[in-house]
Amino acid sequence: MLEILLFLAVFIVVIFPTGKYLYHIATEQRTFADPVFDRLDNVIYRICGIDDEGMSWKRYAVALVATNAAMVFIGYLILRIQFIPWFNPNGIGSMEASLSFNTIISFMTNTNLQHYSGESGLSYLSQMLVIIYMMFTSAATGGAVVMAFVRGLSGTCRNMGNFYRDLVRNTTRVLLPLAIVVGLVLVSQGCPQNFSANVTVQTIEGKYQDIAMGPIASLVSIKHLGTNGGGFLGANSTTPLENPNVFTSMLEMLSMMLLPGAFVVMFGLMVRDRRRQKAEKEGRKEGIVLGSEAKPVFAVMFAIFLIGLAACYTSELAGNPRLEQVGLNQDMGSMEGKEVRFGIAQSATFTTVTTSFTTGTVNNMHDTLTPIGGMVPLINMMLNFVFGGEGVGLVNMLIYVILTVFVCGLMVGRTPEYLAKKIEGREMKLAALCIIIHPLLILGFSALAVAVPDGLAGITNPGPHGLTQVLYEYASSAANNGSGFEGLADNSLFWNVTAGLAMFFGRYLSIVIALAISSSLMLKQPVSESIGTLRTDTRTFTVSLFMVVVIIAALTFFPALVLGPLTEHMILWG
Amino acid sequence: MVNEIKKPVLLTLVLLIICGLAYPVLMTGLSQAIFPEKANGSLIEVNGHAVGSKLVGQAFTDARFMKCRPSAYNYNTYTQADRDSGSYAGVASGSQNFGPTNPALAERVEKDLEEFLRNNPSVSKEDIPTDLLTASGSGLEPYISPAAAAIQIPAMAEATGLSKERLEAIVKRHTRGKFLGIFGGETVNVLMVNLDIAGELGLLQTSR
Repeated sequence: MLEILLFLAVFIVVIFPTGKYLYHIATEQRTFADPVFDRLDNVIYRICGIDDEGMSWKRYAVALVATNAAMVFIGYLILRIQFIPWFNPNGIGSMEASLSFNTIISFMTNTNLQHYSGESGLSYLSQMLVIIYMMFTSAATGGAVVMAFVRGLSGTCRNMGNFYRDLVRNTTRVLLPLAIVVGLVLVSQGCPQNFSANVTVQTIEGKYQDIAMGPIASLVSIKHLGTNGGGFLGANSTTPLENPNVFTSMLEMLSMMLLPGAFVVMFGLMVRDRRRQKAEKEGRKEGIVLGSEAKPVFAVMFAIFLIGLAACYTSELAGNPRLEQVGLNQDMGSMEGKEVRFGIAQSATFTTVTTSFTTGTVNNMHDTLTPIGGMVPLINMMLNFVFGGEGVGLVNMLIYVILTVFVCGLMVGRTPEYLAKKIEGREMKLAALCIIIHPLLILGFSALAVAVPDGLAGITNPGPHGLTQVLYEYASSAANNGSGFEGLADNSLFWNVTAGLAMFFGRYLSIVIALAISSSLMLKQPVSESIGTLRTDTRTFTVSLFMVVVIIAALTFFPALVLGPLTEHMILWG
Repeated sequence: MVNEIKKPVLLTLVLLIICGLAYPVLMTGLSQAIFPEKANGSLIEVNGHAVGSKLVGQAFTDARFMKCRPSAYNYNTYTQADRDSGSYAGVASGSQNFGPTNPALAERVEKDLEEFLRNNPSVSKEDIPTDLLTASGSGLEPYISPAAAAIQIPAMAEATGLSKERLEAIVKRHTRGKFLGIFGGETVNVLMVNLDIAGELGLLQTSR
C-alpha cells in the first residue's frame, strides 16, 4: 500500500516541470536547451526543406498521414528483407507477409501489439530500424497531434501549427534526450546493450542454456517513454533482461506516465485560465501550476486510475481459490504469471499503469490475472482516456469534455460553450462519431471473431476466459495499447489482419476527426462570458464529466464484461 | 505537390538515421564504455567459461541444488538430446498463460505439489509458499522468496551433506531485501546459491 502511494507521489511531482517544458515546446518558446537543439533541428529542417508555415487542419492531417505512410512503407520493406547479414548475428529469416503487415501497423500506430516473439522473430536490424525507429516517430506523431489539438482550443492561434516541425521537436527535444538518460540507467541496473549474438553457456549441471542479447536497453527506454509497449523479448518487461529489478520497474512505469501526465499540465497552461485572467486584469502576475481547465480533466483521469488500481490490487491479493483447493496456500496472493522481485503491489500497479497510459508493456502476464484483476486493464483500454497514450489520450478525454458540455448544456438550458467557443451541430456530430468508433471496433471485431472458425481457433483458455481473451485483443488494438492476453494464438491470417485493421482505424480515424473538431472550434468567433455560460472548471463539472464517461462506458461495454470477466469471477468464487 | 511528397519522404529517412541507427549505436558505445559487464548480460564466469547470467534462472534437477519456479520454457535450458529431438526450439520467454479458471493450471500445480512433497518429505503441504509452484511471467526469473528457499533446505542438506547452517548462510548471502526497505519483494537468487553450493562441493573444478 505504502509503496504504491509513494510511487504515485513521485509521479505527481515530476509531471509539472515536464508539462511546463512541453508547453514551451508546443508554443515555440525559449527553453534552456535551445542552443543545442536549435542547431540539430535546423540541420534537419534544411535537409528536408521544412519551413515554419502554419497549416490548416486538413494540411496537418495530410502531412501526418503521408509521413506515417512513408514510414510504414520503409518499415515493411525492412521486415521483409531482415534476413540480410547486417546486424543479424542470430541469423533470423525474413518475416511472413501478413505478420509483417500486422507488425508494421502495430508499431506505426503506437500500439505495439506483437504477434511475433522478439527473440526468434526479429533481427537486430529490424529491432533498430523498424521497432526503435517507430517507437520514436509514432510517439512523436501522438505528441504532435495533442499539441495541434490544444492549439486549436487555446484561442490564441489561427492555425494548427506545422506538423513536420512538431514531429521533429517532439523527437529531438523530448524523446531522444529522455531515452538516452533512462536507457543508461537501465544498463546500469543490468539491461543488456550490445550487438552480440545470443550466448550459449554450459550450466553447472552440464546442460546448455541460451541467453538473449542485443540492443535491449535502447529499446526498453523509448518503449516506455513513448507509451509504445512492444518488448525486445517475447515476455516483455517481465523478463529480468528488460526489467532487472523493482527499481527499474518503477522507472519504467514512471517513464510511461511522464508524458501523458505532463500533456495534461501543458493543456492547462495553453488554454485560458480563470485565475490568470483575473490576475492580468488586476495587473498582477500569477504563477499557474495546474491550469483551472485542466483540473477537471486531471481529477477524472486520476480518480478512474485509482479506482482501477485498488480493484486490481485487492483482487490479485485475494489469490486464486482453485489453487487453494488443490492445497497451495494463497497467502502471497495470485502469483501465477507474476515475478517474485515485483510482488503483488508492483505487478498490480504496473498492470493498471500500462493500460491506463495505454503503453502495453507488461511486468506480469495479464492472461493469468484473476478475473477482476484482468477486467481492470480491459476497462482502462475500453475507456482509452485514463491519461491514455502519448498525446492521444488527452485528446480522447477532451472529446468527452465537449460531450459533457453539450449534455450539461441541454440539462440546465445553457448554451453549450467550451473555452469561449460555441459547441454546435458540426462539432457534436464529429465528437459522437469519434466516441462511437472505439466500441464499434472492439465489439464488432469481437463478435466477428467468435462467429467464425478462424477466430475461435485462436482461443486457448476454456469458458468465459476465452471470450475475455478475444475482447482484450481488440480492446488493446483499438486503444493502441498493445498488451495482450498472450495465450491467444494470434499469429494467423485472421488475427493478423483483423487486429491490424482495428489498430489502423482506432488510430487514424480518431486523430483526423479530433483535428477537425479542434480546427472547427478554432475558427469560431469567441463568445464573451455571460450568466448563461456553463463553467467548465468547477467541481460540479468534474462530477458531471465523471458521470458521463462512466455511463457511456457502462452502457457500451457492460454486457460484454458480464459475459467475460464477471462470469469468470462468479465461477471462480461461486 | 512534389514538395508535399518530398518533405515526408526526406523526413522519414532523416529520422530513420537519427532514431533507428545513430541512437542505438550511440547507446551501445556509451554502455560498453561505462557498464561493460552489465551491458553484456551480467554473465558469470567460472574458470574462464560462462556458466549463466546473474539475471536469468536455470532449470535445476540435481537433488543437491535449489529449485527455481516452474518455467513455461524451462529457462531455455536444454541438453543436446532436447535440441536434436526439437523439444527445445530456440531462445524464448513467457508463461503458459493459463487463466485462473483453466483446469490445466490446477492440474499442473497439483502434479508439482506431489512431486515437491515426495522430494521434501519433511515439509507439510500448507507451508509451501505460493511462488515456488506458480510460474513466473517471464519463465526466466532467477529469484524465489526467502520462504521458498528456506523450505528447500532440509532436503538439500541431506543430499549435499552440508549442514543446514552452512546452507542458510549461503542463502542469506544471496538474499536481497525490498528496495529501500519498501518497494517490491524480497528475493533469493537461486543460481547464485547453487553456484556457491557447487563450489563447496568442489563441482566447479571437476566439471571443467
